[in-house]
Amino acid sequence: MRPLQPISNTARALLGVAFFVLFLAGWALATLGGYVSATFLASPVTMVQDGWYLLTKHNFSFDIGVTIWRVVGGFTLAAIVAVPLGILMGAYKPIEAFLEPFVSFARYLPASAFIPLLILWAGIGELQKLLVIFIGSVFQIILMVAVSVASTRRDLVEAALTLGARDRGILGRVLIPSSAPDIAEILRLVLGWAWTYVIVAELIGSSSGIGHMIIDSQALLATGQMIFGIIIIGIIGLISDYLFKAANRKLFPWSQI
Amino acid sequence: MTKLRIENVSRVFPGLHGGPPTRALEPTNLDVADNDFVTILGPSGCGKSTLLRLVAGLDTPTTGQILLDGKKVTRPGPDRGMVFQSYTLFPWLTVAENVGFGLREKGVPVAERNTIVAQWLERVGLQSFARHYPKQLSGGMQQRTAIARALANGPEILLLDEPFGALDNQTRALMQELLLGIWERERKTVLFVTHDIEESIFLASRVLVMSARPGRIKADLQVTLPHPRHYTIKTSPEFSELKARLTEEIRAEAVLAAEAH
Repeated sequence: MRPLQPISNTARALLGVAFFVLFLAGWALATLGGYVSATFLASPVTMVQDGWYLLTKHNFSFDIGVTIWRVVGGFTLAAIVAVPLGILMGAYKPIEAFLEPFVSFARYLPASAFIPLLILWAGIGELQKLLVIFIGSVFQIILMVAVSVASTRRDLVEAALTLGARDRGILGRVLIPSSAPDIAEILRLVLGWAWTYVIVAELIGSSSGIGHMIIDSQALLATGQMIFGIIIIGIIGLISDYLFKAANRKLFPWSQI
Repeated sequence: MTKLRIENVSRVFPGLHGGPPTRALEPTNLDVADNDFVTILGPSGCGKSTLLRLVAGLDTPTTGQILLDGKKVTRPGPDRGMVFQSYTLFPWLTVAENVGFGLREKGVPVAERNTIVAQWLERVGLQSFARHYPKQLSGGMQQRTAIARALANGPEILLLDEPFGALDNQTRALMQELLLGIWERERKTVLFVTHDIEESIFLASRVLVMSARPGRIKADLQVTLPHPRHYTIKTSPEFSELKARLTEEIRAEAVLAAEAH
């Protein structure tokens, strides 16, 4: 092992799996070995049993579906608003001067702190859940997209100008394609954060979703179910991350070279 | 016939953090004839790139004006094609799409665009790399693509800012021959900035020597070597004589520039 030395794909995959195995082994040892009381931490075996019970008896797959729909819905709304705004902010300095201070301020407002307000405004229905995710994601995306667009290589813009590109050409044929892989990467990152917001939103005033199941299980001290819910979130995150990466590779082959 | 007229053009950059302003280019007058290949030779930091950027419209002169075909330059435009020292191909476009960038911006129909792009790729010897991305090409190939991209646009004048500066000597020599070959056929008006004396003579029909800060043109030499030029001309007595003279001119400036830094 030397600094920055690359490793083979097989080694990479094996090492990645190895940590999961190690983690699982540590968990099994702590619980099955009797080092931690089952009241506080369920063993992997209990977790799997509880998970099966949830899926077969409590229609947990419906909750998973609801949560995914909320994340994807709120996040898509945020992306539809934020990506164009971010691009305009990055490209046009007056727009940046106008919006940047407010967006930077709004970015630090914790989405979870809005939940009581949002319940007041929008009730405890789906709209409120979507809004939590929207508020949590939209400002982050705007700001990160703006930074990416603004940092487009100046010499590429100049080259396009000398080739006769006007404002629209610069925006549509240089600034946007040049930062498109970055924007996709930003969306992947923020989608991960959106998952944390949705669970918080479901912990309060909700009758369905993974977060709702977790808070219900707390009342029953069913740590196995709670851990199963958390792990499901992790697995969905892993899958969506993988899909995003695969889509980026497909959409922007040039940035992988 | 005058193609490009530079009238009393100067460029002063405001001082940073309250420092004194930098006089990058002293008031300069210059007429470039149609179909001329003019090289601008000078040490680094002498304002030669500044002059080229002003002609391109990427920068605005502090005083004076620049006229191309009698029309004042106010902004960058497709009539002045430019090749930069840094690799400025669009990394998200293939070689062919890069070459066709300006034509697409102009709204040239696809079929006609493809014909012109294919023509230029052939002239720079990159037909088989049409579908490659810039990152898959060597530095020399990238600059060949950049030249094709600028020329495919049909500019009135071609501006080159040390385009071969980052290439190794062998590649550079081949690129010079390629560019000269294109010029001998097309007879475009060319303004070529370089700090390489041999390069400035080999390519040019006229060499301008620029002095160190503040930048100004201090010598103006005609190069009467015959065309078509073969690389062996670099060892001819006429060539050596010109080279000796320019070496003298440039050396004094390099010393001044080194002291100023």
